[in-house]
Amino acid sequence: MAGNCLEVVELTSSGRPVLLPSEIECSLLSAVDLECEELPNFPNLKSAILTLTTHRLLWLPDSSSQGASSAIPLASITHIFSAKKSLKSMFASPRIRFQLSVSPDGRVSSSGSGSRSIVVTVVVRGKGADLDVFLTKFWDNWRGRAWETGNADVTSGSVSGSGSTSSGLYTKEGTVRMVGVSGILRKEQEMWETTDKSLQDAFQDLNALMSKAKEMVLLAEKMRQKLLSSSTSQPSAAEDEELGSKQEMQDWLLSVGIISPVTKESAGALYHQQLSRQLADFVRLPLERAGGMMNLIDIYCLFNRARGTELISPEDLLQACVLWEKFDVPVMLRKFDSGVMVIQNKSHSDEEPDALRTGISARDAAITVGIAPGMAKEHLLTAESKGYLCRDISADGFRFYINLFPEIDPNNVYLVKDYGVYDTWLSVASASG
Amino acid sequence: MQKLGDYKLPQFFNYPPYFTLQPVRDTREKQIQLWKDLILDYCRTQKIFVIALEEDFPLFSNPAIERSLSHEAREAFLSILVSDGRAEWLDKRHRKCLILWHRIQEWANIILNFVKEYGLEDSVMTVEEIRSGIESRGTELHGIDRTILMRALKLLEQKGKLAIFKGTTADDEGVKFSI
Repeated sequence: MAGNCLEVVELTSSGRPVLLPSEIECSLLSAVDLECEELPNFPNLKSAILTLTTHRLLWLPDSSSQGASSAIPLASITHIFSAKKSLKSMFASPRIRFQLSVSPDGRVSSSGSGSRSIVVTVVVRGKGADLDVFLTKFWDNWRGRAWETGNADVTSGSVSGSGSTSSGLYTKEGTVRMVGVSGILRKEQEMWETTDKSLQDAFQDLNALMSKAKEMVLLAEKMRQKLLSSSTSQPSAAEDEELGSKQEMQDWLLSVGIISPVTKESAGALYHQQLSRQLADFVRLPLERAGGMMNLIDIYCLFNRARGTELISPEDLLQACVLWEKFDVPVMLRKFDSGVMVIQNKSHSDEEPDALRTGISARDAAITVGIAPGMAKEHLLTAESKGYLCRDISADGFRFYINLFPEIDPNNVYLVKDYGVYDTWLSVASASG
Repeated sequence: MQKLGDYKLPQFFNYPPYFTLQPVRDTREKQIQLWKDLILDYCRTQKIFVIALEEDFPLFSNPAIERSLSHEAREAFLSILVSDGRAEWLDKRHRKCLILWHRIQEWANIILNFVKEYGLEDSVMTVEEIRSGIESRGTELHGIDRTILMRALKLLEQKGKLAIFKGTTADDEGVKFSI
C-alpha cells in the first residue's frame, strides 16, 4: 500500500518509530494529510501524526488502513516554502509546502541527489496546531543537517551550518541537546557509563585484594597439610606442646571457616563444642515458652536470626545438637519416626504423659504427632464429634480430654467402676492433689 | 471426696469438661442430665429454693480445678429444669430461678400429710406458722420458700382442702384446713 516513493519507517512492537542513531523527535502535528499532485504514485496519506525529527519527517498513522508509516528524509528536501497568508488560507486548513528531490521514477532519494523535483503539501487538519512553531523548527532542523554529522559525541564543532548558533539543535560544544524521551534515555545511558567506569576502577583494588587472598589460602593449605602430616609422627616429649599449638591452629582455622580434616574424624572440635554449649544456653528460653519441646527447624531459624552474622549451617546445628549427649546439658535431641526432629527439655521427657490428667491442646497434639496445629485441631474436633474426646474451655485455653461422660451412671453418680478409664482418671487426678 | 459444705460431691465434679457446655449431642445430653440431677439434689439437701444466676452459686464453680460454668451454661441447664417442670423463672430476664426439687403437687401432698400427721384437720394456722412453727420443725415444710408454699396452698384451696384468708395482722394470711 505504501507508495514506492517514500521510505518505510520501521516501528517498534508498540508502534513507535525506530529512530536513527542520534535522531531526536522535535515536534508533532496531528491529523495531517500528505499530498502531492505531481506524482501519480504518491501514496494516499491521510490523517496521521506528522513527526518532525532532527533527521526526517515521519508520517505515522494509527492503523495500517490509513497507509504505511512513511518517512521523508530531511536531506532530500530542497526547499521549504514560507506560509502564504491569503484570504483563502484563512478559511482553509493550514498547509506547509516543501520541495523534494526525487529520482526519475518517483522515489524520494535520501541524499537529495535526485533529478526531479516535486512539491509536497502537508495539510494540517488537527485543531490547535501551532503551525508557525512547527515551521520554525522545520527550518531549524533542515538547516541543522544533523544527518551529516552522525554521532552526538562529536565535539570538534565541525557541524556545518549550525555550529555558530547556540540555539537550535546543537550546543556550542557540539554535544546534542537533551530533549524529549531520547534525551532522558541518553542521560541514563551516560550515567550508566560513568558508573561502569567507577566500578572498573574499584575492581582494580579488589583484584589486588584477591591476589593477596590467594596467598592466604595457600598459607592455610600449607598449615593444613602440616597438621595432617604431624598427626602420624611418632610420640615424643615435645609432642604435648606441639599438640597444644596444633589444637590452637585447628580452632583458629575452624573459626575462619576452614574445616580441619583432622577434626572431621574426631567428634568434638573445640569450635563445635563451643557452639554446642552456646546453643544449649540459647534454646533454654524459647523451649520454656514453647512448653518444653520445639522443632529443630524453628531453632535453626531463631538461632541464626539471633546471631545476625556468622550464620551456622544446618549441618553445624545438627552436629551441635548431637554433641549434647556428651555434655551435661538440660536439653536433648529427639528424632521421630516421621523424621521430624525436635529438641526438648530433659525434664520434660522424664515426666509421665500427663494428657489424661490435664488434657491436651491442639498445640500439644501438633508437636507430639509432628503435624501442623491447624491439622491437629481438626483431628481433635473429629475425635470429639465421634465421642472419644470432649472439650474444656477456660482461661487455660481450649483443651481436649478423654470423654468420661459415658462412664458415669446417672442412677448412681458416685459409682466408679474398677479398672475403667474413669477409675484411671480419678487416680491420676487425685494423685496431684 | 470433695464436699461443698456437708454435701458430698460426685467425683466428676473435678472433671474439667464438666464445666464446659459440650457441643456434641450425645455428650451434651449426658452432661445435662448429670447437672440437672446434681442441682436438684444439692438444692434439696441444702434447702435452697432460689438460684440467682448472676450471683455466685457454690455448685456452679470448682476452685480446685479453677473452672466454673459460664452464664450461658447456667441458663441452659436451668432452662432445661424449667421445661421439665422442676423449676420456674421468677423474672422475664431469667435472673432468678425457683427450684422445685419437689413439684408443687408434691408439696401439696406433703402439706396434706403434715396436717393429717399432726391432727390439724380442722384447725387454723397462719402461713408463717406452717413454715416455721414448732410443728413443722423436723419436717420438710420447715423453711419452705414462701412462694412455693403459697402455690401449694392455692392448689389445695382449688381442691377444696383448705381456705386461705387474710389474717388479723396486716402481713400474714391464715389457712383453715378442711381435709
